[in-house]
Amino acid sequence: MPIQPRLDAATAMANMADTKPPFTPQEAKVEASRCLFCYDAPCIMACPTGIDIPTFIRKITTDNLTGAARTILEANVLGASCARVCPTQMLCEGACVMLDLEKDPIQIGRLQRRATDHVAAAGIDVLHAPAEKNGRTVAILGAGPAGLGCAAELARLGYAVTVYDKKPAGGGLNTYGIAYYKMRPEVSLDEVRMIERLGVTFRYGVEIGRDVHAADLLRDDHAVFIGVGLGGANRLGISGEDLPEVVDALDFIEWIHTRPLEAVPVGRRVVVLGCGNTAIDAVTQAKRLGADEATIVYRRGAAEMSAYPFEYDLAKTDGATFLFDTVPVEVVAKDGHVAGLRLAKTAVRDGRVSVVPGSEWTHACDMVLKAVGQEKQVGLLERLFPGLKVDAKGRVAHDPATMQTSLPKVFVGGDAASGGREVVNAVAEGKKAALGIHAFLGGTAAGGVLQPSRLGMPDGAVGSGFDHPIRVHELEAALKQG
Amino acid sequence: MADLSIDFAGIKSPNPFWVASGPPSNTAHQAHRAFEAGWGGVVWKTIGEPIVNVSSRYSALTLGGMKMAGFNNIELISDRSPETNFDEIAEVKKRWPKHTVIASLMVDTRERWHEFVKRSADCGADGIELNFGCPHGMCERGMGSAVGQNPEVAETIVGWVMEAATIPVIVKLTPNITNVVYAARAAKRAGADAISLINTINSITNVNLDTLVPEPFVAGRSSHGGYCGPAVKPIALNMVHACAADPQVGLPISGIGGIGTWRDAAEFVALGSTSLQVCTAIMHYGFRIVEDMKDGLSAYLDSKGMRSLADLRGKAVPQVGDWQQLDLHYKRVARIDYDKCIGCNLCHIACEDGAHQCIDLVDSTPYGLGPGRVPGKPVPKVREDDCVGCNLCSIVCPVDGCITMTPLETGRAVMTWHDYQSRLAAGTMQPIPPHP
Repeated sequence: MPIQPRLDAATAMANMADTKPPFTPQEAKVEASRCLFCYDAPCIMACPTGIDIPTFIRKITTDNLTGAARTILEANVLGASCARVCPTQMLCEGACVMLDLEKDPIQIGRLQRRATDHVAAAGIDVLHAPAEKNGRTVAILGAGPAGLGCAAELARLGYAVTVYDKKPAGGGLNTYGIAYYKMRPEVSLDEVRMIERLGVTFRYGVEIGRDVHAADLLRDDHAVFIGVGLGGANRLGISGEDLPEVVDALDFIEWIHTRPLEAVPVGRRVVVLGCGNTAIDAVTQAKRLGADEATIVYRRGAAEMSAYPFEYDLAKTDGATFLFDTVPVEVVAKDGHVAGLRLAKTAVRDGRVSVVPGSEWTHACDMVLKAVGQEKQVGLLERLFPGLKVDAKGRVAHDPATMQTSLPKVFVGGDAASGGREVVNAVAEGKKAALGIHAFLGGTAAGGVLQPSRLGMPDGAVGSGFDHPIRVHELEAALKQG
Repeated sequence: MADLSIDFAGIKSPNPFWVASGPPSNTAHQAHRAFEAGWGGVVWKTIGEPIVNVSSRYSALTLGGMKMAGFNNIELISDRSPETNFDEIAEVKKRWPKHTVIASLMVDTRERWHEFVKRSADCGADGIELNFGCPHGMCERGMGSAVGQNPEVAETIVGWVMEAATIPVIVKLTPNITNVVYAARAAKRAGADAISLINTINSITNVNLDTLVPEPFVAGRSSHGGYCGPAVKPIALNMVHACAADPQVGLPISGIGGIGTWRDAAEFVALGSTSLQVCTAIMHYGFRIVEDMKDGLSAYLDSKGMRSLADLRGKAVPQVGDWQQLDLHYKRVARIDYDKCIGCNLCHIACEDGAHQCIDLVDSTPYGLGPGRVPGKPVPKVREDDCVGCNLCSIVCPVDGCITMTPLETGRAVMTWHDYQSRLAAGTMQPIPPHP
């Protein structure tokens, strides 16, 4: 059976309401007052963009919301989306000293939202680009978080920046690929408009290699930034994979962002393959859009999943079920539509996953969402940029200090460089690449924003979290060990 | 962005925020850090004959979870030699020529005042602040508040200073006095260029109930100290206003006392301050707090269409006057927004036991259901005819915007106490009957 939308608009919207709603002004002030205003605070270290968190929170206590937003956005131009989509438990809030003192960290993400919502609602621009351009141009491929981070920083340094993207609107995964209950696409589109007001030109619906040629950009522009992210979902390589109800999880999430919620088709019984954070976004949204049953199928055990623990908890709360140590072997078709999934149990021997013979069974379902990782864009990048070095994992090789690639004029950031990390990492890398481009083109090393909460500290200009978030590595290691 | 620069009695400063004389202004190291963070000036920790300090010097009032709501110290003036202090002021002024450095002084004889005043000018200080306010230790030796509490003595000493002064002289006033205006007038009469206030207030912050010795203690004994921090702001604002409003004072004012945010700063300016001095908030959080103070004050001035601090300075002064100038016919009453009420009933009990018995607890049925309105639980209801508009309920209410003090149109013309007395005397009105 073909799948259909399942809920009316009001029910769907209620189910998709913000899981972290905005603070009321009074709540924000009380929460902000809990902040100790630490000096050289661990939250700054844990933020990849090095936002001076204690300073912006103190500004909330003094009713200086515009100043708070300036502190945030000068460090991280996508502060509004990061306030919503950052896994704060793993970053700033995971490093908060109040976690040690009261087992209850300051709700930094929601306070950041309070400040950035204020300037967005009031139409106040806190960032400005110089009126005089410096005469240099930079082409940015990809209007996602990395490209936007790079574009905004370069615009503020006086560059003429053009961003190319094949989608009809900017923001990348922030606009098309975030769980709806975390962030509405309007927030991301607002950020793109803010960056447009810094003088950045956006060209949408443009495919590099078809509409615009990389060789031309390399000839005409002073530098090129690659922020193209990753490609489509990896192939499963099983029969039935091309049935209409077998959908990339990211495409499913894009439907949610480009159609009215009551027009998004979803199965009655949905299976999500994979157990990363995208898989969780897919399974919870399938449930919230009316699936009777939504099941995660993962070839390894719970301890190995890459989803954050709080995301796993959310999916369980939403009624998702989990089949661990299980792989799909065939999508079962009936009349040209998905009717079920042949599954088999797995066993892990010497670190390798193998199918347990004779363990197969059929799991009835009418929709399969693939969240088993995205393809690297190695072929595309090598074709566009002959000589560009790519590492064994398909990531564009680069100097970690400047994000410069093997081609001197070409810089990289975001998932194309990292293989897939958080939005905030992508913004940070884009910003770092902008500073790298600026230095490459003879600009004096921009010191970044003076952070009052790190006044006089060594490398006081930017949070050390810009490069070396503390605690996060420890947490990642701890998670890997289960 | 609004202009935050000031001209204080001829002393130009890039912004009004000065580090007050105290532990944060003890060394060149601290002054450099303060200026790097964005402060406009530093008033050096008081220079005098080197003293000897005790170990254990500070104590604080903690209210709920708020540390340092009030702060107290028994530290004396600088324990470093005058040579070191004057040398460091010269070093700081060399590196920060556009920033303000004020030498705070406290000595005893006329000759010593002359000497220290000259040395202050020689080292490049932009001005001199006379410490007539320290309420502990130094006053026992005839200095500090012992001077400030006696206007005649203060006037004499300011006179000595003015004999030698070539740079502006600021007299720092003590709040430990019945009426600060007399001390301010004495400073004016003796020719001072400006006043700063308030110094710290005599205090004992708390008693250790195990040892029965107040904090801070030194080998089982304590001594009263100087109180400062957020808790003293209302006292400071009142005294700043008194000096600003007094026609015989007429001197630029450097406001001091519990300033920690741009809002505090704006209030001091509105009541007549030109420069602002901060100590306790720096002792709590460091010099970095000035960033929000400048940012927030600037944004506030912009939002009000004010181009510089001069547009705000003293603008609240005329609205404060004697009680007898208030309108006896003005009436406002408390109104409760039941959609915001959470049902704590603190307004009722505060009014019932603590004020004027005009908030009843009534059956909630007519008010519908809600967070503060559950079946069988009464809700507070204001009897507006009896409400005297005292504000208490709106002050104790924990919910922003739940109880609003709403002015009522009485249709009666303004009548002050003065008008009332005149009309009674002229026989044009009957006495207002006493409250039942």
